Amino acid sequence: MIAIRDLSKHYGSVCAVNRINLDIPKGEILGLLGPNGAGKSSTLRMLTCFIPPSEGDITVKGLSIHEHPLEIKRLMGYLPESAPLYHDMLVYDYLRFVARVRGLGSAEQEERIRRLCVQCGLQDVMHKSVHEISRGYKQRVGLAHAMLGDPEILVLDEPTAGLDPNQIVEIRDIIRRIGKEKTVILSTHILSEAEATCDRVVIIHNGAIVADGLTQELKQEAGNTCDIHLALQPTDYDAVRSALSAVPGVRDVVRKNGGETMLEVRLSCSGEEDVRPALYEVVKRREWVLLEFRREGRTLEHIFRELTKEN
Amino acid sequence: MRGAWQVFQKDFKVYFVSPIAYIVISIFLILSGWFFFSTFFLFGQAELRGFFALLPLLFAFVIPAVTMRLFAEERNTGSHELLLTLPLSGWDVVLGKFLSALVFVGIMLLPTLAYAVSVSLYGDLDWGPVLGGYLGALLLGASFAGIGLLASSLTRNQIVAFILGMAVCFTLTLLDKMLFFLPSSLLGVVQFLGADFHFQNFARGLVDSRDLLYFLSVCFLAIYATYLVIQEKK
Repeated sequence: MIAIRDLSKHYGSVCAVNRINLDIPKGEILGLLGPNGAGKSSTLRMLTCFIPPSEGDITVKGLSIHEHPLEIKRLMGYLPESAPLYHDMLVYDYLRFVARVRGLGSAEQEERIRRLCVQCGLQDVMHKSVHEISRGYKQRVGLAHAMLGDPEILVLDEPTAGLDPNQIVEIRDIIRRIGKEKTVILSTHILSEAEATCDRVVIIHNGAIVADGLTQELKQEAGNTCDIHLALQPTDYDAVRSALSAVPGVRDVVRKNGGETMLEVRLSCSGEEDVRPALYEVVKRREWVLLEFRREGRTLEHIFRELTKEN
Repeated sequence: MRGAWQVFQKDFKVYFVSPIAYIVISIFLILSGWFFFSTFFLFGQAELRGFFALLPLLFAFVIPAVTMRLFAEERNTGSHELLLTLPLSGWDVVLGKFLSALVFVGIMLLPTLAYAVSVSLYGDLDWGPVLGGYLGALLLGASFAGIGLLASSLTRNQIVAFILGMAVCFTLTLLDKMLFFLPSSLLGVVQFLGADFHFQNFARGLVDSRDLLYFLSVCFLAIYATYLVIQEKK
């Protein structure tokens, strides 16, 4: 569906995007992840034909952005970062304008706007001027703007920024629903968001791709290392430490607190095998009283932080 | 061209949502009315020459104020990112905006027809120069709107766009009045570049193809340059 080839963007001497190659098949929800200034927005802006690349090419359904920008723009719905809308227009007038530009017939316009109005929760602000509404509502209007033409590809630059938690959940649901039929590309620096919504995650750092994989795979990779949290009734820490570190797969034992009521330790484990049965055996044999036993799977956050650490 | 029509509608509507339109039209009418009537009763001639003589100066001041927001504001608020990623071509955007400014100028001129009507009630008005003058006024307005549009596309600051547009329009207006500084070999060329020189031919009732060509060229060059700036400045 979308093929990005050797894409670069320089702003003066600053290299924002550095030779990116990426293929995005139809019907995928792709999350572009990266710290601030990694080149996410620049990549999306080139994809939506807003800024021309310094080098390289993007083809959408075989059409190059250099030769067919108009056709590509027709295929795409784009929500720019922080939804910069027209301040002097009413929300309804604005959506009407977008619908007309997208060439919807007047009956279709009304129907489509009404549906998106419900879907994005815009009923209360439809007849307000854009400069009167709050940040979160602007974001929702921006989303409605992007989805208005029923485009095949949806490009969302930080779609949930400025929304309240309930709204975030709703928007994620919407994105997942749309993602069943359409291709969605979204950028975010919120990891849990990428984890919750995307089929595939691409991590960008300093303008280059540092990780690319299905969310499940990445998670599994991260899942091979995990933390185990253990709380026992107070007992001799040294004995606990030596007994637990002897278990294969346990890399490190750290005492979290040695309180009067509980002895809490954290074990860092690695390897394919689940170490929990072995740990349980040890605890049972020593007849320690087990109060808590919890495995904390490592998340994308760990990968992300490792990959995007400076140096 | 359907896209240009949509952009035109949007920008034209926005003019009348904000107070800017009403302020600009009021200032224009007050000034032109004052210039016209202050000399009209002194000379006692049934003509609009007083009005048309000062129109280029007024336009040079008022039209950049009309056009200054067209691109500068979009660039400043970032909304041009929305506009330029909609399925619109660069021409759609530029022509739509130009048209909205031009129609605004037309609407601004409309009430001044009252001068012509009131003059014709008191004397024998020669309608030839009046019609020529209005045709010239529209062409002049289109040229200045093009220049103002170009100025607006160059910056994200509306004040800078206004001053830049005004400077160019004033220069074009005053050019043929500064000829005494120049060697005689350059006179013809520079005079031909002056907007007022061509406009006054229309105001005399002469519709000459050279004057038409002048205004259409200025218009085209300004619009084309704006298009290039938009393509380049993304």
